[in-house]
Amino acid sequence: MCLGVPGEVTTVDGPQATVDFWGVEKEVRLDTVDAPVEPGDYILNHVGFAIRRIPDDEIDETMSLYESFMEDDPDDMLTDDVIDEIEAGRTVPADEAEGLAVADTGPEAADAGDAEDLLEELDIDV
Amino acid sequence: MSETPPADPTGGLPGAGGDNALEFRDPEKAEAIAARLEELSGALDDPPATIMHVCGSHEQSIAKFGLRSMLPDDVRLIMGPGCPVCITNMPEVDEAVALAQAGHTVVTYGDMLKVPGSTKSLDDARAAGADVRVVYSAADAAEIAEEEDGAVVFFATGFETTAAPTAAVVKDDPPPNFWVLSSHKYVPPAMEIVADMPDTDIQGYLAAGNAAIITGSGIFEAIADDHDLPIVVGGFEPLDILAGITKLVEMIGEDASGVENAYPRCVTESGNEVAKSQMWDVFETETGEWRGIADIPDANLVLGADYDHVDAREQFDIDTAHLRDESAHRLADDCICGDIMSGKADPTDCDMFGEECTPEDPVGACMVSSEGTCKIWHEYGGRPDL
Repeated sequence: MCLGVPGEVTTVDGPQATVDFWGVEKEVRLDTVDAPVEPGDYILNHVGFAIRRIPDDEIDETMSLYESFMEDDPDDMLTDDVIDEIEAGRTVPADEAEGLAVADTGPEAADAGDAEDLLEELDIDV
Repeated sequence: MSETPPADPTGGLPGAGGDNALEFRDPEKAEAIAARLEELSGALDDPPATIMHVCGSHEQSIAKFGLRSMLPDDVRLIMGPGCPVCITNMPEVDEAVALAQAGHTVVTYGDMLKVPGSTKSLDDARAAGADVRVVYSAADAAEIAEEEDGAVVFFATGFETTAAPTAAVVKDDPPPNFWVLSSHKYVPPAMEIVADMPDTDIQGYLAAGNAAIITGSGIFEAIADDHDLPIVVGGFEPLDILAGITKLVEMIGEDASGVENAYPRCVTESGNEVAKSQMWDVFETETGEWRGIADIPDANLVLGADYDHVDAREQFDIDTAHLRDESAHRLADDCICGDIMSGKADPTDCDMFGEECTPEDPVGACMVSSEGTCKIWHEYGGRPDL
């Protein structure tokens, strides 16, 4: 699985965090992330390791993009891979989880300026 | 030639239209970019422009959203060596199988189970009674070693996004019965080798945005300079990919080289310094064969001398001779995965595609993984969306 999935950090204990992926609580290691991580932050998880703290202003868009991947078609390979990554790994038992509900980030939360920004950044004149 | 209906270039983008339209799938923007791409490709001096991407997730997204149907005839988009499972070489699988047969617990990622070795896969070894287990994470592999008395060998595969986690576990004082059999690979040197292959004739690379989160986009500068190529780091949404390709075609048309970052919302120039420093502390590069492609200098990641105490190749005398059978002709001898991964052939050029070789009973590694070109094409019914 190549893409990684984003989730919300609920607790941090040294190099280990509990992260909420759409209601699935998992333990994620923080040794590989290059920014301080606190509860309430969002990280990009790859095979049980956070490889990036997602900047605040990108959280809504990132979550929306993944939600759209998952809603598209349950039999699709890309969807399958994302769902597998969410469901795989060590799930913290419900009675141990101090989970917060995942933030309400519907697809409408996507920032309408971003694709424009990308085209501008690349100097692509459409 | 299509076995599937052509994708509608606008309505075919899921999420398009209505209140929930996603910015990175906006059909109007997609059309506008496609029109610009058409214009740029029409002005090419030496068409077609051949662009290689090097990531299974890119191929999945390209297939899923029908993006090849939006490309002008003068733009060829092919997948290179972007599936880590696929390029793991048979002798490496043989080492893992031999260790499992010798009675050690071998743990690995699920994708590796069915990857064919010279004569056996890890799945075959498991069926014959060996202790082979699937883990989600390198951290889980070390945890299994905590629970077991005997040796636990982590058959570690993948590119930077899994190599950095393996490095973190190795540095975190794993239990004394935990060893790593590293088949981790490093993509940039493979891009250089494939760029030089005359049959492939790559004019630009769409580099993988996820691996670049760790390496940074700056890693590609030297490749772009040495090979006089444009390299654009791309994300995975339809507009990310289309914008990346458009930039590449523009640069190819201008005969420009250099690196552009078309995934700036995730990728920085320097990447994740923490993950990089762990990776390069633990691993050294070594020349090794990528399955079916070539011997590639500096593209295999092996544990450095400071980590001999967790290196399975230092600890065990791994004898794989009994797993090789030079006499028999195997279906795998006719597998063209290597040609496919170096952009010389398409899956549908292989006589075994969908016949002797299927996801249920794969002959070649490209049919095993959900990131393999053959499996993706098989899933989407032939060449996706042409």
